[in-house]
This record gives sequence, structure tokens and C-alpha cells, in this order.
Amino acid sequence: MAELEYQIDDSVDITDVVCPTTFVKAKVALEELDDGQILAVKMNDGEPVQNVPRSIKEEGHQILKLLDNKDGTFTLIVKKVGD
Amino acid sequence: MAVDYAALKKGGFMRQKQKNNFSLRLRVVGGNVSAVQLAKIAEVAEKYGDGHVHLTSRQSVEIPFIKLEQIDEVKAALGEGGVEPGVCGPRVRTITACQGEAICPSGCIDTYSLAKELDTRYFAKELPHKFKFGITGCQNNCLKAEENDLGIKGGIKVKWRESACIGCGVCEKACRTNAITIADGKISLDESKCNYCGRCVKSCPTEAWDTTHGYIVSFGGIFGNSISKGETVIPFIEDKEKLLAICDATLAFFAENAKPGERFKFTLDRVGREKFAEKILEVYNG
Repeated sequence: MAELEYQIDDSVDITDVVCPTTFVKAKVALEELDDGQILAVKMNDGEPVQNVPRSIKEEGHQILKLLDNKDGTFTLIVKKVGD
Repeated sequence: MAVDYAALKKGGFMRQKQKNNFSLRLRVVGGNVSAVQLAKIAEVAEKYGDGHVHLTSRQSVEIPFIKLEQIDEVKAALGEGGVEPGVCGPRVRTITACQGEAICPSGCIDTYSLAKELDTRYFAKELPHKFKFGITGCQNNCLKAEENDLGIKGGIKVKWRESACIGCGVCEKACRTNAITIADGKISLDESKCNYCGRCVKSCPTEAWDTTHGYIVSFGGIFGNSISKGETVIPFIEDKEKLLAICDATLAFFAENAKPGERFKFTLDRVGREKFAEKILEVYNG
């Protein structure tokens, strides 16, 4: 496999909300960005990290990486894909 | 003239406690009813019933308070809207299904097409006792496959496609059975832990999985006076023709071995699950 390189343009923390607001908060943050920009989404282990990446994929954005912060949170790196 | 209640019941007319009133069960497949059918059902319920319908626990629609003397008239009226009576009694019952992959993001198989196919194949097929098929599209099991005499659950068998993988790590977390581990840039899949839920596939940003959509089948579920969940006896089934052959063989086994009025679970208990497993494995491997 070939890892992708990226530079983060903006970040959002969704560890303070629960489903379905987790996804909504990430979605709103993505809407603020321009096509091709990169968002870092910090989320909790468990249900958010199981489901939010998939929801973002289903919205059509490109997921680049999931980083384990080793503190019970993960950071998902997402490239915005416009309509 | 004596009323043949058994014949009426076979034709979906369920005797009510109110004398000469019947709750008419309609033929519904996989829980889907068209708008045209719904309009006709509403019209018939207004005209011949008491103005309401009942949604049954197994996805059928019943129109209560149909009068014995109007049965033929009611059947003809329903026919105009493409609605037919359903079945009750000792035979293959309504094939139930969730929305499946045609509609639901979680679906792994086309449940409705399969329900229609099973309905065409087995509708009202006479057996020693009732026999229920249920089809659910994925491990979420919204349709409760294991409650049925034969339950079908959709799944996806996966194989990692290294060339497309970007090593993002999403699948490892999406997997709820810890079947996926990533080390040194390689994904390893523990097939003994995989439950074919397909979450790795559905969450993968680069479609780095080769997939085979198929079926997990359970046998002998019952959820009435006795409660027992259906059990699997064969591995993941990878093609539909094999699934249909297994359904055929199951019904043949039931017809051959069950006593009249004996549900499939009790036939399996009495005759021996090993004997059934042997038969079904033959078809699976054949």
C-alpha cells in the first residue's frame, strides 16, 4: 500500500458531541472548506471512529488517514470533494 | 351449506371472533406494497370492512370485518388493484425481507429480489406445518433472520487488495469483531473472526477489497409458544443457485421427515440435527 501525503488546512473536534451530531459537526466543517482542502477531524474511540469515517465517505469526500492519538481519540484526515 | 374454514384459511381468510366476519390476509412479498395496491386496499377496507387495516407482525396487511357472503366480491375488487389474498395454515408463509441493498446503505444483498424469487418458487407450498422464510440484508439483522424456519442473512466475504490500499487505518476500527489488524503496512484478516458484515468494505475510501456478496443461512428458528433461534449448519454461501438448492433441500427434508403439525425445529430435534446437516452439507458441497 502507498500512504498519501497531505497538509492540514483546518481542524474540528467532535469529541464533545454524540451521534448523530458527530457526523453533522464534521459535515458542517467540511462545508466551510474549498474543494481539495484538508480537514482533520478529532473523534472518540468506539462508535464515532466506527461510523463517522464511513458517513464521510458516503458523502463523497476522500479519506486519507486515520491517526491513533493514543489517548482514546483518533484524528481522521479528510480531503474535501465538492459536488 | 357448511363453511369450509380450512379452505378459507388457506386462501387468507382468517376467522374472527365475530361470527361470519373474516380478517383477509393479503399477499405481500418482502414488505413492499405499491401505491396502487394501497389505494385499492383502502377502498376495499372502506367498502367491505370497517375502514381499517391491520399490519401483521410478518409484513402482511389484513383487512378485518370482511363478510362471508361478500368474499368473492372482495377478491374481485382487490384483483383490480393487483392485490391477491395471502396464505395461512400448513404451508410456506409470507416471505419477509428488509429493504436490503437496493435501498439501505448497510445492505449486502438484494433482499427484495430474493424474496420475490422465493415467493414465486414456494408461494403457498403445502407442508406438514407452517414454514417461514425471512431475509435480512446484513448483520444489523433488522428482519430477525433467526426467528424463521429458514433465515437468510446477507454478507460480504472480503479479500484485501493491497494495490489499492492507502493504509489509512479506517477498516481496522470499522471492524467490530477485531478481524482486521494492520502491521508494517500490511493488513491481515483473521477469517475465523470475520462475520461478513461488510463494514470494512463500506468504510474503505479506496475500495481496496475484493468482495463476494453471499448468504448466511440459519435453520429451525421458532418464536411462538416455543422460542428458539435458528442455527447455522453450513458456511457462507457464495452464490444464489446454491442458496436456492439448499432451500429446496430444506423444504424436501421437512416434507419428508416432519409429522403433521410439527414445526421444523421439532423435526430437527426428533430426527437429529446431524442427519439434516449431513443432507444439507451434501448440497453445499455438491
